[in-house]
Amino acid sequence: MQSAWDAQGHSAEVLKHLMLGIIGVCTLIWLLVVLMLFAALVKRRGQAPLQGEHAERKTRLVVYLSVAVTTIIVAGLTLASFFATRDLVVGRDMDLTVRIKGQQWWWQVTYEGSSFGPRFQTANELHIPVGRNVRLELESIDVIHSFWVPSLAGKQDMIPGRMNVLTLRAERPGVYRGQCAEFCGLQHSHMALMVVAQDDDQYRRWAQAQALDAAVPDDTEVQAGRAVFMRKPCAACHTVRGTEAQGSSGPDLTHVGGRRTIAAGLLETTRGSLAAWTADPQTLKPGTNMPIVPLTSEELQQVSAYMETLK
Amino acid sequence: MTGVDRISPDVLDLDLQDAEVERHLSRTWGTSPGFWGAIATVDHKVIARRYIATAFVFLILGGLLALAMRLQLARPESRLIDPDRYNQIFTMHGTNMMFLFAVPVMGAMAIYLVPLMVGTRNVAFPRLNAFSYWIFLIGGSLLWLSFALDAAPDVGWFAYVPLSGPQYSPGKRTDLWAQMITFTEVSALAIAIEVVVTVFKQRAPGMSLDRIPVLVWAMVVMSFQVIMAMPSIMFASTTLILDRLVGTQFYNPAEGGDALLWQHLFWFFGHPEVYIIFLPAVGMVSSMLPTFVGRPIFGYLALVMALITTGILSFGLWVHHMFVVGLPRMGESFFTASSMAIAVPAGIQIFCWLATLWLGRPVFRVPLLFIIGFIVTFVMGGMTGVMVASVPFDTQVHDTYFVVAHFHYVLVGGAVFPLLGAIYYWFPKMTGRMMSETLGRWAFGLIFVGFHLTFFPMHILGLQGMPRRIYTYQPELPWSGLNLFISISSLILALGFLVFFVDVLRSWRHGLPAGPNPWGASTLEWATPSPPPPYNFLRIPVVQDRNPLRPEDKELPVAAGLRVDRRELLVTSVVEALPEARESSPQNSIWPFWAALATSFMLVWSIFSPWAVVWGAIPVAVALIAWFWPKGTPEDEA
Repeated sequence: MQSAWDAQGHSAEVLKHLMLGIIGVCTLIWLLVVLMLFAALVKRRGQAPLQGEHAERKTRLVVYLSVAVTTIIVAGLTLASFFATRDLVVGRDMDLTVRIKGQQWWWQVTYEGSSFGPRFQTANELHIPVGRNVRLELESIDVIHSFWVPSLAGKQDMIPGRMNVLTLRAERPGVYRGQCAEFCGLQHSHMALMVVAQDDDQYRRWAQAQALDAAVPDDTEVQAGRAVFMRKPCAACHTVRGTEAQGSSGPDLTHVGGRRTIAAGLLETTRGSLAAWTADPQTLKPGTNMPIVPLTSEELQQVSAYMETLK
Repeated sequence: MTGVDRISPDVLDLDLQDAEVERHLSRTWGTSPGFWGAIATVDHKVIARRYIATAFVFLILGGLLALAMRLQLARPESRLIDPDRYNQIFTMHGTNMMFLFAVPVMGAMAIYLVPLMVGTRNVAFPRLNAFSYWIFLIGGSLLWLSFALDAAPDVGWFAYVPLSGPQYSPGKRTDLWAQMITFTEVSALAIAIEVVVTVFKQRAPGMSLDRIPVLVWAMVVMSFQVIMAMPSIMFASTTLILDRLVGTQFYNPAEGGDALLWQHLFWFFGHPEVYIIFLPAVGMVSSMLPTFVGRPIFGYLALVMALITTGILSFGLWVHHMFVVGLPRMGESFFTASSMAIAVPAGIQIFCWLATLWLGRPVFRVPLLFIIGFIVTFVMGGMTGVMVASVPFDTQVHDTYFVVAHFHYVLVGGAVFPLLGAIYYWFPKMTGRMMSETLGRWAFGLIFVGFHLTFFPMHILGLQGMPRRIYTYQPELPWSGLNLFISISSLILALGFLVFFVDVLRSWRHGLPAGPNPWGASTLEWATPSPPPPYNFLRIPVVQDRNPLRPEDKELPVAAGLRVDRRELLVTSVVEALPEARESSPQNSIWPFWAALATSFMLVWSIFSPWAVVWGAIPVAVALIAWFWPKGTPEDEA
């Protein structure tokens, strides 16, 4: 799931150990301070307050010591976090490079060509091979977003005009949720991303399938849906590779039916959710850049059937 | 001055009996009755009381916004509040609490307490003080007016570009935010300058630097921080307005601008801002604590040094708000070290308070309860502060509810708890009436318990991956239970504040009479009646040690030789506080009010047209000329 404690990647595991260590030390200090506080509160009940040089001397020594210990602990924690940062580095060799572009309010994901397969583009779902070093090149085309999949690694901002790099290495297969962590406007809350970690073979098969153009439908309803898609404004914003739909302001839909969720983690992908989303995106995700496209109910059925087959 | 004054010889207080001095001073320093008299007054106590009351009204409004957010977040995918409104609400909550509550209320406490604690008759630049309040009131009201009109800023209290830039935030909402910042900058800067000059030049004779109450030191450090931090936000907000209004490109990466520049400028101000709020609280605790343990503060020098160190270090930590923007690792390590280092002066303060408690005999009155609650809570916030100071740790909790929990522990636990204690402590001085001990205990208990039940679970939510500033979350995420728990707990916290406000209102009218020094405290503000007369002290006290009112039967020596027929202050030297001159203090004037109105008019108009700066400057100039019109007062006498 989406939790720093559920560490399934190299970085997240290093961070989890560091965090447990620091939290342990800090909890202990807090307990000591509170203990001292309550000891001080009950100690001198009914006695006169102490004043003067003599009374203060011993206390002063304790205060000096406490400050010294504070300094040492603080220095220790600084070093610990410095070494943890060094441990985050997994080496120079990258097995795969993926460019992720944040935008209001979804993720464009472009896989560079690698030993696993050629270059291709998807959206809102990132597949990575387990145990491999994956270099993420993080960019933004509009406002600042932040890429964060807590089970795999700490977050990294996506800043327009810059490129940040984050290395992921998943240690175990699984589906890990991530979510934009920098306030990016109206639908910051609904800008999630699924990371699917699979073994090499599964990943290779998946990547090679993704690189293919969309299948040509043979079912008549689906064919009708495809026609609606091309005739209506859909194609102006979305790409379906292998068709005349070459828009680029919305997510690439070539294999949308094969993704786990639609609208950046908003809904599980089913024919029903595809239809609901297409019919009224502004109710499901108020402010999203996808407009309401007037469709008859028949057209809606056909388009969602078409979307569902784009696996 | 009128001609009559020039003919008649100076009326000095050393020739007169107490009753006659009182009669003269009341007439010289008093506030005229009626509406215009109230508008024109420059009495620091009257202005500070208004300031405090206004800031607390903003606290209530900001608290209601918090409750609205908790209502929305109590259930997943709740549709009570739409995202646009929610973004306005959290932006307003942050902006309001930082700029309209926390900073002004601390400044206001300084304006009330500092002149009394250093033994003078008014702040330096009292008309500027009046101006500052009007600017603050108008700026705050405008922001809330925009919220009432559903046109409040919606880009967060930090207004990161490019989201707050012209392309992604069209309309006037962000301009309003940026201009509201200008209002609060002006009012905070005015207070800062008044405090610095009052403390350095108007202290009672004999109050050398090592005899200044810790609270006054804290206010001085805070004021210097304001003076140094505000130019940064001033530049930031001005350039943002320029980007939005006249098409400059400071923050547009496509035209050679830089999105990160904003963050550096904002946090170079924003991090000291946290200490601008916290250090006065340190001062309050240090000045209240001795009263409730029956002995002077332990480690006066260490506390003062810790205050100054914190003030300086606070300018070297801003990057820890930017640990995930992709900075070079060397720089990150430096800022980890500097952020961790501030734990050392904070530790010194905590240990000094513990030592004071250890050596003293605690008397469990309401202010002490708030101090105890403060130590428990603030140390916890300090610990999570150490956590987020570590870059790798921060990458997992940055911009999550963990950070929301952290800074509420530091700001509410670290500043609001001491402030509430301070209200209980100084309310008798301000109003002449005690607050209720029973209601105070209830308020403390409910606020303390409600606070921890509300904010502690947020640490867990953050570690479970819940980001900040989301208006809703999906039901399949494991956050619903804790969020509901938090929302219910927040009602306990709200109830605690309700009890506090009921107590304030009730005690204001019906509290028991307090007398000049109800707590048996040792600082100068308790050497004068409650509430203090307009001239503060009948005769200027002379200070011989750090605790001028200890032991309690000690006779407080006084200085004489000031005129009673015109407003006169004693100016003393910076280090030793040796008397240097008699300085005239400005009369009441209506013009600071008109100047504030004219300035506000210009600032608001400038949101709509750059020409406002040109034409709007005319009424400002007229008001300022009238404000500073020479009165023919004779030169001050050395």
